[in-house]
Amino acid sequence: MVAQRITVNRIACDGHGLCAGVLPEMIKLDDWGYPIIEARGVPRELMEHARRAVDSCPMLALHLEDRR
Amino acid sequence: MGGMTDQVLWYTTRAAGAVSLLLLSGVVVLGLLARLRVEGRGWPRFLSAALHRDLALIALVFLTLHVVTAVVDPFTHLGVVSATVPFGSYYRTFWLGLGTISLELMIAVAVTSLLRHRIGQRVWRAVHWLAYGAWPMAVVHSIGTGSDAMSVWMLAIDVVCIITVGTAAVWRVFAAPRDPLAAERRVAAMRPGAGVAR
Amino acid sequence: MTGAALLAGSDLRDGAEGFAAHTARLGALPSGRHGLIDTLERAGLRGRGGASFPTATKWRSVASRRGDSVVLVNGAEGEPLSQKDRVLMESRPHLILDGAVLAARATGARQIVHYIGAAHAGALAAMRRAINERPDAERRLMRLVEAPQRYVSGEETAAVHFVNDGTALPTALPPRPFERGVSGRPTLVQNVETLAYVALIARHGDAWFRAVGGGGSSGTALVTVSGAVPAASVHEVDGSAVIADAVNLAGGLTSDSDAVLLGGYFGSWVPAARAWALPLDAGALSKRGLSLGSGVIGVLASSDCGVEMSARIAMYLADESSRQCGPCTFGLRAIATAMRRVATMQAGVDDLAHVQRWAGLLPGRGACRHPDGAAIMVRSALQVFADDFSLHVREQRCTVPAAVARAA
Repeated sequence: MVAQRITVNRIACDGHGLCAGVLPEMIKLDDWGYPIIEARGVPRELMEHARRAVDSCPMLALHLEDRR
Repeated sequence: MGGMTDQVLWYTTRAAGAVSLLLLSGVVVLGLLARLRVEGRGWPRFLSAALHRDLALIALVFLTLHVVTAVVDPFTHLGVVSATVPFGSYYRTFWLGLGTISLELMIAVAVTSLLRHRIGQRVWRAVHWLAYGAWPMAVVHSIGTGSDAMSVWMLAIDVVCIITVGTAAVWRVFAAPRDPLAAERRVAAMRPGAGVAR
Repeated sequence: MTGAALLAGSDLRDGAEGFAAHTARLGALPSGRHGLIDTLERAGLRGRGGASFPTATKWRSVASRRGDSVVLVNGAEGEPLSQKDRVLMESRPHLILDGAVLAARATGARQIVHYIGAAHAGALAAMRRAINERPDAERRLMRLVEAPQRYVSGEETAAVHFVNDGTALPTALPPRPFERGVSGRPTLVQNVETLAYVALIARHGDAWFRAVGGGGSSGTALVTVSGAVPAASVHEVDGSAVIADAVNLAGGLTSDSDAVLLGGYFGSWVPAARAWALPLDAGALSKRGLSLGSGVIGVLASSDCGVEMSARIAMYLADESSRQCGPCTFGLRAIATAMRRVATMQAGVDDLAHVQRWAGLLPGRGACRHPDGAAIMVRSALQVFADDFSLHVREQRCTVPAAVARAA
């Protein structure tokens, strides 16, 4: 199974920050509330949280994609 | 046997309706709290969003119960038509019709929310605004149709719902935080060739 | 050490070389089609717009798409310190037009859009006249669009965006121009200097281009030298040249210098002692973590303060942000504001630490690569001018008296 990573559409992102609340292990917020997302592949034990984090975004700015 | 079942169905319709109204008011309040970016130490933002969604689904269950028992109840003479066609019933046509419209708006909101990732953020948001129409219609429907409408407990429920949603709505209209980039983009748009991002 | 390929021919001060003179000097436009891309690959030509991307690869990515393509000739030159594109358009427009036509043939394009900076009146006039001198068959494919005077307007996706709907907004989101660009068609965005080299390689071959390079990387390059030299000027150099050669071509130093900005506003500061012997060769520079970028060599006079200069550039870049994303709009602005406080001796104790941290959070987090470029400049400044930054913050003074006077 190919590892997945979390990507964000920076233009759609409005800095709501729900994602960081759901997945603090991989997403932190900068001084202005915009996400700092770790580039590494999502570990298997965090995949469920990652999916919820992607789903939690009110702007649909987050995506899970295959790590090429 | 008929009389007993009719009573059960009738009480269920009224109770389910009241519970739906309470739950839906909670859903609207939570939606407004999300728009207001409310959060606290023990209340992360995704909690408002998750509760909003979960309560909405539960509300739809009670709403279904309310509608089905009302239609199935032989005493009310309401058919499927009254539940689906606005102002299609003979009984309290206007007040019931509002309920029908409200139900259909809510179904639209729910379906688009479940298919959010497919239809995109703009369409989803546009349809979601219908919720601001669905809720007041549900309140007026409840006041106009129920035979308990003037009973103390029902009035109390109506008052509680109206006050909580009203307060949150006023707060949203006057003090909702703005998207910080919106003003920036308008500044950027002033420059020749820069344009507006969205 | 100094090539004369692009700028060979009549004196630059004589103005644009007309079509007749151009054809007389170099011969008619070769008819090469697909063979040309292979030739460009063997020649090792890389883009001269700043990214240094292999030209043959770029052409192939457009040529392999279905349907008609578009060639966007990029003469926007939004980089304030760069003048090479302007000079080339004003003096050798037909080299550029030759390259554009060859690119259109090789990539299956039926449209050539000349995207030229609205502020560059001379270049606009020269290119307009040159377009009118071309044969009808070529002229029919061409149209001219004036690029807005924005730093980002020369960026590929911004250029395509502007041509499509009048707003020069860059983006890192798909689709890339080679997939869908102008009018939704696969688009080749190519800098004017690169296209001029294509025109010469098509005539003289890849071996010529590699030989004319003299040093490591192929061919020659145009550089703009400015700062502590008699006047900002454009020169053609080859791979064996070092920065000192470029400075000498520009007339030599007019004062002592402590640092050089290499590459433009998105480039790196380099301490002078290390800079002079740096080869102007893409490969050699990249091994050292540097880049020629848009060919800018900015020589900082000792009478100028590096902290102040960096702060001004940072503020310019922050103002030029297209405000599409939070990290750039707020992060870059915060960096620039803090740097300005440091430059004017009004820094708080945490300002430098903040700038360091914020600059580390810019790369890869923007809607485009604008914040990445700014981060490169800022971080190199913090490193190269470390002592000056420290002096400004801790003791509110500067080794440059003029900077202190301005702050007072």
